[in-house]
Amino acid sequence: MTFRDAVREGIRDAMRKDVRVFLMGEDVGHYGGCFAVSKGLLAEFGPERIRDTPLMESAFVGAGIGAALGGMKPIVEIMTCNFSLLALDQIMNTAATLLHMSGGQFNVPLVIRMATGGGKQLAAQHSHSLEGWYAHIPGIKVLTPATLEDGYGMLTSALNDPDPVLIFENQTLYNMEGEALVSPGAVDIAKARVRREGKDVCVLTHGASLHKSLEAAAVLEKEGIGAEVVDLRVLRPLDDATIMASVAKTHRVLIVDEGWRSGGISAEISARIMEQAFYELDKPVARVCSAEVPMPYAKHLETAALPQVESIVAAIKQLVLGHG
Amino acid sequence: MAEFVMPNLGADMEAGTLVKWHIKSGDAVRRGDVIAEVDTEKGIIDIECFETGVIDQIKIEPGAKIPVGTVMAVIRGAEEAPAPAKPVAAPEPAAPTKAPHVHASPLAKKIAAELGVDLTKLTGSGPGGLIDREDVEHAAAPKKAPTPVEAVRVKVSPLARRLAAERGINLASISPGPSGIIEQADIERAAAPSKPEPAPAAKSGDGMRRAIAAAMAKSNREIPHYYLQTRIDMSAALKWLEAENAKRSIKDRLLPAVLLLKAVAKALGDVPALNGFWIDNEHRVSPAIHLGFAISMKGGGLVAPAIHNVGEMSCDEIMAALRDLIPRARAGRLRSSEMTDSTLTVTSLGDLGVESVFGVIYPPQVALVGFGKIIEQPWAKDGMLGVHPIMTASLAADHRATDGHTGAQFLDVLNQHFQTPEAL
Repeated sequence: MTFRDAVREGIRDAMRKDVRVFLMGEDVGHYGGCFAVSKGLLAEFGPERIRDTPLMESAFVGAGIGAALGGMKPIVEIMTCNFSLLALDQIMNTAATLLHMSGGQFNVPLVIRMATGGGKQLAAQHSHSLEGWYAHIPGIKVLTPATLEDGYGMLTSALNDPDPVLIFENQTLYNMEGEALVSPGAVDIAKARVRREGKDVCVLTHGASLHKSLEAAAVLEKEGIGAEVVDLRVLRPLDDATIMASVAKTHRVLIVDEGWRSGGISAEISARIMEQAFYELDKPVARVCSAEVPMPYAKHLETAALPQVESIVAAIKQLVLGHG
Repeated sequence: MAEFVMPNLGADMEAGTLVKWHIKSGDAVRRGDVIAEVDTEKGIIDIECFETGVIDQIKIEPGAKIPVGTVMAVIRGAEEAPAPAKPVAAPEPAAPTKAPHVHASPLAKKIAAELGVDLTKLTGSGPGGLIDREDVEHAAAPKKAPTPVEAVRVKVSPLARRLAAERGINLASISPGPSGIIEQADIERAAAPSKPEPAPAAKSGDGMRRAIAAAMAKSNREIPHYYLQTRIDMSAALKWLEAENAKRSIKDRLLPAVLLLKAVAKALGDVPALNGFWIDNEHRVSPAIHLGFAISMKGGGLVAPAIHNVGEMSCDEIMAALRDLIPRARAGRLRSSEMTDSTLTVTSLGDLGVESVFGVIYPPQVALVGFGKIIEQPWAKDGMLGVHPIMTASLAADHRATDGHTGAQFLDVLNQHFQTPEAL
């Protein structure tokens, strides 16, 4: 089973259990989804519940908000987070704020799924990682599944949530193979998870960077460095408890995030560690993020701009040994 | 600039605690001067300086426990004096005689001229504001050392600071690791000996035992020992010793140990292969003969400090060396060169009544010579049976460096030297 299959099964499960759930977005129906996530679903559920939308993000996200307000449980698929910028006003100023502005009268139980990340030579406008940016907004939840179980189960949990939930799926993960799952059901969407235990350094990360971090940890284990790798899973709200426990255990922290470091989620986590676990730190918090440039098109430049196993290994060595 | 580092004083030493400095920044030192006292597991050792020059910078404060190899002070060569008071001899357009009258003693004026000190800039501390010699010398002293020992803010990680506070460790006594910032590892290292004043007597019981254990375990682990022994007729030697001592006052009398050391030194001159070290998979014969003499300590434990150049010393000189060394060793006041320079160790357990000694070589040496008690025994000589004073000499040697043949040669030659004591 691939990550893609897991997400599809998640949608399928949710749609079978609850008639109010429907999927809408560009090319989700006849084309089967830009990333083939919804392949076969049109045949199973019909055009009323698998709806191809016009190429107009602001409109169909707005329609999704309306459907949610009207009692439905829409899953809005924005092809990639890059295009979500066209619907930012809907997301930030309507979906996220209606509950507050209505004095608690109107929940917006909307789920928006977006592909995120770079690495496929889609260049500057189509390679953003904006999940950290969206985590800035009060009123929504931001999820970053990186495992099959989370790809499958987070959707159900999100649909059960009365407020808007944004799910960011890193596009390089769709082909990732894993053990076949059978209806894991709803998974927790409030906690981070320690994916690998270690005592020398803790690596806080999410999405595709999780797997690069795990690979780096395997490399470092051979050199006697034990890296603890924490999958953040939820960027808003951040699981402070799990983060600080790991910091207190290891005293050295590396944050790996595909977003840019300036004002990114890595900066937020670093600030929280300063506030809550300052006296546990033996070294300043380190970060590996994308280079502060629009994402290059040329393959070698794009590779150099993104976090990689080598740069994670080097950063950890610098932290633990004092040299790269 | 030369660096004065925490030396490795043997016995797998990893760290030492600086007890006190004998010098301060600005002092002149010569090679061989004792400049610091360092507490190791084996007691307090006086550390000698290897450079001649001026102490430029002191980097470690007393009380700090630092790893072997850490830079403790910086010594600059005598010529490197960065004294600003040696300015370019400014040939003032105005002749010196035109300068305003300076109230200075004649000697002060002379010294000022030599050192290039501008007297007009000085305030005199003598009567009536007289500038005297001390004022001039003080002004000439290089205040502006390249990096004076001023208070530099030491950076400490939050965790290290918290740990130090919890454990009652004074951060001023901690020296940082390679990062230059005091971190958890530096606190952990310092937390081990938490006694503020290490008493050598208290240490020698436990720390010394551990140090000996480490060295002996290493020796047995790494050195393939072979053992040889021979019995030596000491009649000639003892008779000679008695005659020599009759010529001396009581306090100058020679102990048999002197003969043992002299004979071993001579034998090593004949069979030099046993005199040296096994280092980095290589046998390095030492040109000089420094014999380590095993001395047992009152509280238990053992040190084997070196007596340098035994071969060139007379019996009286060796006796004087022993008389100086043994009490100092028992008081834990040995010098660093004595701890590290032995090329071979001699151990004599004759006083305790053992016949022969099969010792453990002290790495990186390649041999150990043991002497047992001199016992009256039946002995055949020239076809006649008699009772002679017999001493068993044993050799433990490193088979990587030498073979039994060499060891046997050594013992044979040693025996012969004891038969001609007057030639020693």
